[in-house]
Amino acid sequence: MIRLFKVKEKQRELAENANGKPPVKKQSAGELRLHKDISELNLPKTCNIAFPNGKDDLMNFEVTIKPDEGYYLGGNFVFTFQVSPIYPHEAPKVKCKTKVYHPNIDLEGNVCLNILREDWKPVLNINTIIYGLFHLFTQPNYEDPLNHEAAAVLRDNPKLFESNVRRAMAGGYVGQTFFTRCM
Amino acid sequence: MADSVAPPSRSRDLDKLLLRPGNLVGPNFEPGAELRDDLQEYARILVVGAGGLGCELLKDLALSGFKNLEVIDMDRIEVTNLNRQFLFRVEDVGKPKAEVAAKHVMERVSGVNIVAHFCRIEDKEIAFYNDFNIIVLGLDSIEARSYINSVACSFLDFSVPELSLASLSHLLLGYLEYDSDDKPREETIKPMVDGGTEGFKGHARVIVPGVTPCFECTIWLFPPQVKFPLCTLAETPRTAAHCIEYAHLIKWDEVHSGKTFDPDDPAHMKWVYDEAVKRAELFGIPGVTYSLTQGVVKNIIPAIASTNAIISAACALETLKIASGCSKTLANYLTYNGVAGLHIKVTEFVKDKDCLVCGPGVLIELDTSVTLEKFINLLEDHPKLHLSKASVSHRGKNLYMQAPPVLEEMTRSNLSLPLYELMDKIAKDTIHVTGTTSKDDKKTSSLRKLRVVFKGIDGVTDMDMAGGA
Ligand SMILES: [Zn+2]
Repeated sequence: MIRLFKVKEKQRELAENANGKPPVKKQSAGELRLHKDISELNLPKTCNIAFPNGKDDLMNFEVTIKPDEGYYLGGNFVFTFQVSPIYPHEAPKVKCKTKVYHPNIDLEGNVCLNILREDWKPVLNINTIIYGLFHLFTQPNYEDPLNHEAAAVLRDNPKLFESNVRRAMAGGYVGQTFFTRCM
Repeated sequence: MADSVAPPSRSRDLDKLLLRPGNLVGPNFEPGAELRDDLQEYARILVVGAGGLGCELLKDLALSGFKNLEVIDMDRIEVTNLNRQFLFRVEDVGKPKAEVAAKHVMERVSGVNIVAHFCRIEDKEIAFYNDFNIIVLGLDSIEARSYINSVACSFLDFSVPELSLASLSHLLLGYLEYDSDDKPREETIKPMVDGGTEGFKGHARVIVPGVTPCFECTIWLFPPQVKFPLCTLAETPRTAAHCIEYAHLIKWDEVHSGKTFDPDDPAHMKWVYDEAVKRAELFGIPGVTYSLTQGVVKNIIPAIASTNAIISAACALETLKIASGCSKTLANYLTYNGVAGLHIKVTEFVKDKDCLVCGPGVLIELDTSVTLEKFINLLEDHPKLHLSKASVSHRGKNLYMQAPPVLEEMTRSNLSLPLYELMDKIAKDTIHVTGTTSKDDKKTSSLRKLRVVFKGIDGVTDMDMAGGA
């Protein structure tokens, strides 16, 4: 290709003063795939999505889940999604912004959901994750605990667990931890 | 003295490749002294990464006769690099890798000029990358490869809005462009040579965008990262890596509320290491070290000097072959495995013709008056697309989104506007659409790349003529 390089070098010199700086928006393959996921979202009524940075930043968004059954009925739980430029090779980073008393979500908002980490596959999508999160509220499980205490209470005393959840959602202390109202 | 014998030429071995004809040469190979001199004068090579592989690449390329090299790397030298990143010495610790590597190679190989760039690859203007004839990658991250790949593949849609440069423009801007028969224009192809190593394994590949598969066509070749379940980290750690990830992913947030962990900040890394040690002691788990901490957090497998040397040699040779034509190039993916014995294999992967990054996309000609709504309807009837319910994006701007309702509402007003205006009056550019395709009553969702050309805009003909000339 050296001949081509030679031609290009000459063109480059010629054009150096030509002041051609085209505007460029860097768009990753991950962004495109995400665009597809988002444009095909099919959310249940209990889930809502918002784009805090406006319509052109899909890589950072928030999903609000309002469980319509189970322990968490009536609560509003906000999750932040951060999507990588190599999505879907890598799962989005998801955190729960609302402080919640939950066996599978810790007080920093880390979520134990298998498809967010060890079981993520590129064929999964944003819809699957949102359904997975929704599921955590209808079926919290004490076998994969991130909040050790909440998990133990759910396992040993579901009645107490239920009243703890109500107290946390209404805004108040469970043990030493204060929860802000989210109903 | 008149009878003194000239010292043997430094290019003696290269001359055997460049000055003589051969049977296995590339299509446009023209052996001779001019080729050798032109390679030195005109070939401009960028090396991305100045780590283990990058050091080898700079040395190999300099010794292969290339004189115009540049190197870009954002890292500073650490003590743990010194065992294999042989251009660095103890007194270099803390200095930028790119600068030290460039300096040391220039000191050792006379006549070579290496420009160092101490920054992130994303910090450079896209035009920076166009200054090079070949981009050689010595990286350890998928993100960085994916980024450079998208730059080289014109994924970034390098059309010129103001066509003052007219016929010069695409030579100047020279990223991948396709002609009307979906053939890539040779002068817009930016070849890449990509090397990678992990322990005793490595790969070297040649990417000629539009001709051979690009990085994105074959991203599945990279194994998914190992991610431990968070609850395992929190409750039942069993390995040193579990302890490190606990400190990195859970403990960090607990202690530093709101502060983001920065893997390139040594103080942060030290904190994670100390916490991991405490955790390991608590559970009686051996094996947490500082370098393992770095490895786990940054997802790096320990590098082996000999693997880097072998892969770099393959990459430098391919670079020389692409530039000079002295031999046919690797087709197109070499894997090296030195774990047990030694195994080398070359596989010819095929490109994904619908690749969103390197593929030509479907060419669509439009009048400047066509509204976005009309355009979306056109896609449904288009013989190559049959795409219904399309959502449309252009250079990261969402022109119309079918869902979710919040975005549909925000973009609805665009439907009645001419697409030409929504695309900032660019005569010729790439856009992406997603929607549903129906074939034999089977509905599949798809994401497609389109090359939109507006009829009757002066610049378009100018650019097409330049390409055909
Ligand atoms: Zn591709």
